[in-house]
Amino acid sequence: MNRKGYYGGFGGAFVPEILEATFDELDRVFEEAKADPAFWLTYSDLMAEYAGRPTPLTFAPNLTAHFGGAQIFIKREDLNHTGAHKANNVMGQGLLVQRMGKRRVIAETGAGQHGVATATMAARFGFECTIYMGAVDVERQRPNVFWMQRLGAEVIPVETGTRILKDAINEAFRDWVARMDTTHYVLGTACGPHPFPEMVSFFQSIIGREAREQVLARTGRLPGRVYACVGGGSNAMGLFQGFMDDPVELVGVEAGGRGLDSGRHAARLAWPDASVGVAQGYKTYFLQDGDGQMRETHSVAAGLDYVGVSPILSHLKETGRVRFEAATDDEVIAALSLAMQKEGLIPALESAHAFVQAFKEAPHLDRDEIIIINQSGRADKDIFTVAEAFDDPQWRAFIRARADKYRKIEMRNE
Amino acid sequence: MDLTAYIRQRRRPDAPLLMTHIVIGYPSMAASYAMVAEMVNAGVELMELQIPFSEPIADGPVILRANQEALAAGATVAGCLDFARRAAAEFPIPFLFMSYYNILYKYGVEPFVAQMADMGLAGAIVPDLPPEEGGAYLQAMAAHALNPVLIFAPTSPEARLALLARHARGMVYCVARKGVTGADTDFTASLEDYLARCRRSTDLPLAVGFGVKQRSDIAFLKDRAEVAVIGTETIRRFDTGGLAAVRSFIEGLR
Ligand SMILES: Cc1ncc(COP(=O)(O)O)c(C=O)c1O
Repeated sequence: MNRKGYYGGFGGAFVPEILEATFDELDRVFEEAKADPAFWLTYSDLMAEYAGRPTPLTFAPNLTAHFGGAQIFIKREDLNHTGAHKANNVMGQGLLVQRMGKRRVIAETGAGQHGVATATMAARFGFECTIYMGAVDVERQRPNVFWMQRLGAEVIPVETGTRILKDAINEAFRDWVARMDTTHYVLGTACGPHPFPEMVSFFQSIIGREAREQVLARTGRLPGRVYACVGGGSNAMGLFQGFMDDPVELVGVEAGGRGLDSGRHAARLAWPDASVGVAQGYKTYFLQDGDGQMRETHSVAAGLDYVGVSPILSHLKETGRVRFEAATDDEVIAALSLAMQKEGLIPALESAHAFVQAFKEAPHLDRDEIIIINQSGRADKDIFTVAEAFDDPQWRAFIRARADKYRKIEMRNE
Repeated sequence: MDLTAYIRQRRRPDAPLLMTHIVIGYPSMAASYAMVAEMVNAGVELMELQIPFSEPIADGPVILRANQEALAAGATVAGCLDFARRAAAEFPIPFLFMSYYNILYKYGVEPFVAQMADMGLAGAIVPDLPPEEGGAYLQAMAAHALNPVLIFAPTSPEARLALLARHARGMVYCVARKGVTGADTDFTASLEDYLARCRRSTDLPLAVGFGVKQRSDIAFLKDRAEVAVIGTETIRRFDTGGLAAVRSFIEGLR
């Protein structure tokens, strides 16, 4: 029988029967689009006109001098419209939704970046839009909730399970099984049942294609290593695909949370806590107990605390093509500070994980070696979390003053 | 066991057979065991025992919550197997496991199926395991003469129904509508057309579930299905009125 969408022993499509026909259609439309050279042109034109691509590859002279080792280049996905790589996937899927003639899109979101990107896409294409977001993440990422709602999306806080990303994915599936005739589920990362891992990676490959061209144009050489953070794995797959066939080391950085020994992390590939399982429609490494129940995960970055990981990355871990590391919450805050001080860059907490590992390795590399860090997004959305991490007294005073002001207005209105 | 023969033997003229569903360990192991006894005494002919899973994507809010609360109350797979062993030994009706594939996969598919056979279960329903992914499972079930109950959906095209029918044993579970468990179903002409398509696709008995919750639904299914499946509604009744409410609800259905 057909074993589509397998990467080594990982992937597949463990889908309830009610969705089989929907997946068949999606698979067919995606295959047609992929085989059509005009489709990629339409896609890259859209990304140029609407999202500002290509994003720059920025040399970081001050960080390079600071570490005294490899030359550090940064791929600026933070300059994509909506401030993260998520738009690449979302706009691509939007074009497929048009091809399928559907009118409504739904999505899960963790950090809210994918939700905001989906809401902009829906506005642009004229689709109805519903976003599922774990209640914990709604609290952590209020600015993005605000923007999704202003963009016309309905945001549904998910109160079930651990109330984070995986639970939002479950709720999105529950919506989809009832409304698949009109609705497409815009999955936000390179996970889930086939064809999502391949499809999301296909659209994100624009990152690596550009980065390879840019680094060659600028330096005439390939990088020695490239770094990306790994939540579900879409920005990492995006960057890595540009260098898959080159002698370039690919490094994925997972959330080490409070430390790998603490159990409070989301390292599925960098650490032996995870094991192979089947959930959310696909087979991969999951952080689960011996019975197969998913465990709680933790990261300071809402976009990285996912229990599973792209089946493609699980395969690349097993083949040894990608090396996986983890960065702790504290290391992430320190790396974010340094990037701001030295280069005026403001990486998202997710992206800052990749910076941590690059910063650890850069000093030990030759000066003529090149490394690329994927800055998958910008930290504007993290302002509350970052302000708390820095324990910024002026920010606290500002929030208190705002709260007082709102309280006064409300009292007057009562 | 020969599930098909059992269903045909127990066939009654006035109504379909009833298959009810519980989540093992909700709200506690003891209470869910008492629920099995109550349902058997109320006359149900078959039962689904759901092993709780942390990610039950095909289930709606009521069963989802029951899964979570069972796990929070300490339900384990070993405990669920023990529960099923006791139920199958004590009560004279066929029991099926219902769970998600990861529970079987982590236990080991072959050992899990061997356990089922050893304790005298009739079969299993695994909603996130299509036959394309279920080779090992289907093989093990066949080797142990157990019934893999596969699922038909209203969205399944004819060719797909035929493929599912080739792999199904015992009976086929016809999901009555789109969506997850627990929402309402329209028992109308479109359901009738769909069930006629199901009937043409297989010689196995048909069990119809999702949204079956009152006497008129059961009456609608009388000449259209061999088995009516009651899932969410008994949990709702239990939550509001306890075991007594579950019993009078089931007794009022036929
Ligand atoms: C800025 C940013 N980077 C990375 C991620 C992680 O996702 P992925 O691993 O799919 O790139 C997220 C997810 O929300 C994100 O917002």
